[in-house]
Amino acid sequence: MRYQTVIGLEVHLQLSTRTKAFCGCAIDFGQAPNSCVCPICLGLPGTLPVYNKEALNSAIKVALAFNCQIQEHTKFDRKNYFYPDLPKNYQISQFDLPLSRNGHMYIYTENKPKRIGITRIHLEEDAGKLVHEEANSLVDFNRTGIPLIEIVSEPDLNSPQEAFDYLTGLKSIIEYLDVSDCDMEKGSLRCDANISLRPEGSSQLGVKTELKNMNSFKGVKDALQFEVERQAELLLSNQQLVQETRLWDAEKGRTVSMRSKEGAKDYRYFPDPDLTLFNINKAFVEEIRGRLPELPLDKMHRFMKDYSLSEYDAKILVSSKKDSQFAEECIKIYSEKDKKPLVNWLIGPLLQEAKVRKAGISELNIEKKELVNLVGFVQRQEISGLSAKTVLSQMIDTGKSAELLIKEGNLLQVSDLDDLNKIIESVIALNAKSVDDFKAGKSNALMFLVGQVMKKSSGKANPKIAGDLLRRRLSNA
Amino acid sequence: MELNQLTAHQLLDKIKDGSITSQAIFDSLYQRVNKIDDKVNAYVRRGNLERTGKESGSKSELLGLPVTIKDNICTEGLNTECCSKILQGFRPPYDATVINNLKRSGAGIFELKANMDEFAFGSSTENSYFGSTHNPWNLDCVPGGSSGGSAAAVAADEAIWALGSDTGGSIRQPASFCGVVGLKPTYGRVSRFGLIAFASSLDQIGPITKDVEDAAILTRIIAGYDPNDSTSVNQSVPDYTKSLTNDIKGLKIAIPKEYFVEGMDPEVKAVVDEAVNKLKGLGAVIKQVTLAHTEYAVPVYYIIATAEASSNLARFDGVQYGYRAKSDNLIEMYKKTRAEGFGEEAKRRIMLGTFALSHGYYDAYYLRALKVRTLIKQDFDKVFSEFDCIVAPTSPSAAFKIGERTSDPLKMYLSDIYTISVNLAGIPAMSIPCGFTKNKLPVGLQIMAGAFNEETIFKVGHTYEQNTDWHKLKPVIRL
Repeated sequence: MRYQTVIGLEVHLQLSTRTKAFCGCAIDFGQAPNSCVCPICLGLPGTLPVYNKEALNSAIKVALAFNCQIQEHTKFDRKNYFYPDLPKNYQISQFDLPLSRNGHMYIYTENKPKRIGITRIHLEEDAGKLVHEEANSLVDFNRTGIPLIEIVSEPDLNSPQEAFDYLTGLKSIIEYLDVSDCDMEKGSLRCDANISLRPEGSSQLGVKTELKNMNSFKGVKDALQFEVERQAELLLSNQQLVQETRLWDAEKGRTVSMRSKEGAKDYRYFPDPDLTLFNINKAFVEEIRGRLPELPLDKMHRFMKDYSLSEYDAKILVSSKKDSQFAEECIKIYSEKDKKPLVNWLIGPLLQEAKVRKAGISELNIEKKELVNLVGFVQRQEISGLSAKTVLSQMIDTGKSAELLIKEGNLLQVSDLDDLNKIIESVIALNAKSVDDFKAGKSNALMFLVGQVMKKSSGKANPKIAGDLLRRRLSNA
Repeated sequence: MELNQLTAHQLLDKIKDGSITSQAIFDSLYQRVNKIDDKVNAYVRRGNLERTGKESGSKSELLGLPVTIKDNICTEGLNTECCSKILQGFRPPYDATVINNLKRSGAGIFELKANMDEFAFGSSTENSYFGSTHNPWNLDCVPGGSSGGSAAAVAADEAIWALGSDTGGSIRQPASFCGVVGLKPTYGRVSRFGLIAFASSLDQIGPITKDVEDAAILTRIIAGYDPNDSTSVNQSVPDYTKSLTNDIKGLKIAIPKEYFVEGMDPEVKAVVDEAVNKLKGLGAVIKQVTLAHTEYAVPVYYIIATAEASSNLARFDGVQYGYRAKSDNLIEMYKKTRAEGFGEEAKRRIMLGTFALSHGYYDAYYLRALKVRTLIKQDFDKVFSEFDCIVAPTSPSAAFKIGERTSDPLKMYLSDIYTISVNLAGIPAMSIPCGFTKNKLPVGLQIMAGAFNEETIFKVGHTYEQNTDWHKLKPVIRL
C-alpha cells in the first residue's frame, strides 16, 4: 500500500519589539541571567500585565502578510500549567478568540506553486529558560514575557521537503516584515511538527506524532523524514501507531518517544480577567495593511514583469529581502535591456561565492557598480567567463575594482586581428591533420583548432573571434 | 478624646491649626495597639510592635496622617503575606498604586499590616495564619471578613482609617459587623496594581473609616486611572466631599425585596427597616423593587471567584519567594509547599476553582456563571435607570461567635449573600452603621448605586449620618 504523508507545523516566533509583551522590560539578549526582569514579568504577587501595543502591531502585520483575517473581537486567555520557567504558573496566550484566522502562503517545491493554509496566528508570552546543572536546576527569567506569535499551519504539507520549503518561505516573509530575528539556533524561531500517514486517497487522518526539539530547518526535515519511514514501517507491518510526542535527537538522527498523549493535558484555559476583551478597529488594521512592505511573492511577480525574468530566477532573487534589494539595485545600474546576463551572474557565480562564504550576496564585499562592470567585460567578450569568475572571487577578497584586477591579471582577451592571425597561422602549421579533417567536413576539428589557439594564447584569445577567423581562413585556402 | 479616637478630617484640622503633629497621632495609635491588640488581634504582629518608621512630616494634603493597610496590599519593604504561611517573609520590592497615591498625598503608612482571612478567603477573619481577629464590640465574636483586621482596628481606635479589599463583601460585611463605614468602589475606579489578587474580575480596594466624610476623602485619594492596571477606568475622579450635602429630598431609593427574606435575623431586619424609615423621613422617595436573579449570586460568585483564584494562586509554588518545603524533586516540592503553605479554606477554593475550569466542566460551570453574571448586572441596570440608589442590609445577621460557622463552609458563604451581587455587577456600595441588636452588636446599612456613582452613595450615607448618632458610638474593650 502507498501512503500519503500529512504534516502540519506550529511555529513560534519571538517578536523583536523594544519591550516585553506585558511589562516595560527592555528586550536585550545575551545579558546576565535574571537581569532583564521586573516584578511584572517575574509574576510577583500583586502585579498586573498591560499588553504591548507594538507587539500587537507586529502580530497584525504578520497575520496580514499571511493573508489572515484579523478578528474584530479578541482577548487573552490563561493557559494554566505548573513549570518553574513559568513564574505565574500560567501563560498568557490566546485560546478561542485568536487575533487572526484563515490565512495562507505559497510554497514552490519543484517549482510548482502550492497553497498552504494557515489556521491561526495568535499572540502570547514566552516562558523563561531552565539551566540544568549537575545537582541543581536554575531558572533564567530574561526571556519570560517576550512576545511570541504562534503560526499554526493546516495539515497541507505532504512531504518533509514541503515542510522545509514552508519554513523557508515563512522565514522569508517574516524577514521582509522585519519583526523577528527568525534564528532557530538562537531560539527566536521554534518549530513543532505534527505528522501522520494515511493510505493514499483516504480522507481520514492517521494517528499523528508530535515532533519537538528540532533546532534547524534541516533538523525539521530530517526528523520528518525519519518519522515518515518509521511510521510507514509500522503501518506496513500492521502495527498500531500511538499518538505521542517524540523528541528529535539530531546527533543520533532519530526520534524518541517523550510521552503518550492519551492523558492529554488540561490547561484549563479561561479569559484572563486582568486583560479585558478588546476590539481591533478595522481602520487601524487597514492602516497597518497600507504600511506593509512589498512581500516576497509580490516582489517576485514585479521582477518577472519589470525585468522580464523567469519565475525561477525571480524566485531565487527575492528569497532574502536584503539580497533582493541588492539584486534590484544592480539590475537598475545595468544599462542593457536584456537583464538575463546580469541575473545569471547574480544567481550563479555571485550566489556561489556567497554560499562559500556563508553569507548573503548583499553581505559580500563588492560594489554593485563593480559587479555590473565585470558583467559588462564578459558581455563585450573582453574577458572570458572563466577569467571573470576568478576576478569576481578576487574582487570579493580584495575589494579591488574589476578593471584593475583584469589589468593586473593581464586577462583581457586577444581580439586584435593581427595578433590572432599570427597565432592561427602557427596553429594551422602545426596541426595539418585537423586542418584536413575540417576540410573533409568534420566540424569537430574546428573546435579542436580553436582550443589550440586558446592554449597558445594562454586562454586570452577571444574564442568566438578566433573561431570566425579560423573558419574564414580555412574556407579560403 | 484621645487622638487615636478622632476621625481623619478632625485630625487634619488639628494638624493644620498647629495644635498637634502627625507624630503624636502615630504615638497614640501605638499606645492603643500596645494596650489592646493582644485582645483584638487586628494587626499582624511579626514581633515588631515597636515602631521603627518616621513621621513623614509631609506638607501634602494628608500631612503625615497614618493609614492602616490590609496585609494583601503591597507595601515596599514591609511584609505583605496575605496572612498566609505560603507568603512567609514576602517583602514586595514595590508599592501598590494605592500606596503610591497615599504617599503622594502625604499619608504615613502604618507599619503594622491589618489581619485578614488568608488570601481574603473568608467572612470572619478566622482563616488567618496569624489567628482570628476579635470583634471590638464583643471579643467572643468575629469582626467579619475578610478585611476584619482593618475594620476592627478602625472600630477599636487602633487605626484612624484603613484600606481593605472587597471581592464579595470583604470591606462592607466587616464594616457592618464592627460598626464602621466601608466602601467598595466601582470596579475599575481604584487600581488593583499591587493588590495580591483573589478574583481579579471582582477585587476592589476601598476605605474603612469612622465616618462617611473620611470615606469620601480617602476614596478620592486612592481612586483614578492607572496605566499599570488594564481594568482601571480612565474617568476623572470628582471631589467626593462636595457630595456631603445633608440633603436627600426627592431622591429615589429602591428597596430590593429579595434582600428582606426569611433566614435573615429579625433584629437586623427591624434595625434596617427603621433606617429606611429614617431616610423616608429625610425626604427620600422609597419604593420596593425586584432584583430577580439575586438567588443565583452566591453560586455564580463561588464559581467565578474560585476559578480565578485557582489560577491567581498558582504562582505560590515555592520557586521564587515565600515558603518552600524541603524536597529533592520538583513535583514533590510543589506538592509539599502548597500542602503545607495554604490553609484549609485556600485549598478548598483552589480545588473548587480548578474543578470549575476543568475540561468538560468549563461550559457547564464557568461559562454559565458568566452568563448569569450578566443577568445579575442587567437587574441592577434596570433599577438604576429609575432610581438613584438601592438600600438594603449589608449582612443577614450581626457578628456571629468565633468558631460558630467554621465547620460549615456553606453557612459561612451565606453571610455574604447581600454583598456578592454588587461585586458581580461591578457597582459601588457602602456599609454604614445604622443601629444595634439587643446584644449590642452593630448592624450595617448598605447603599448601592450605579457604576461610577459613588457621589450618590456618599450623599445618602452622609445625610443619614448627620441625622443619627450610630457612628459616634464606640465599643468598650474588656481588658
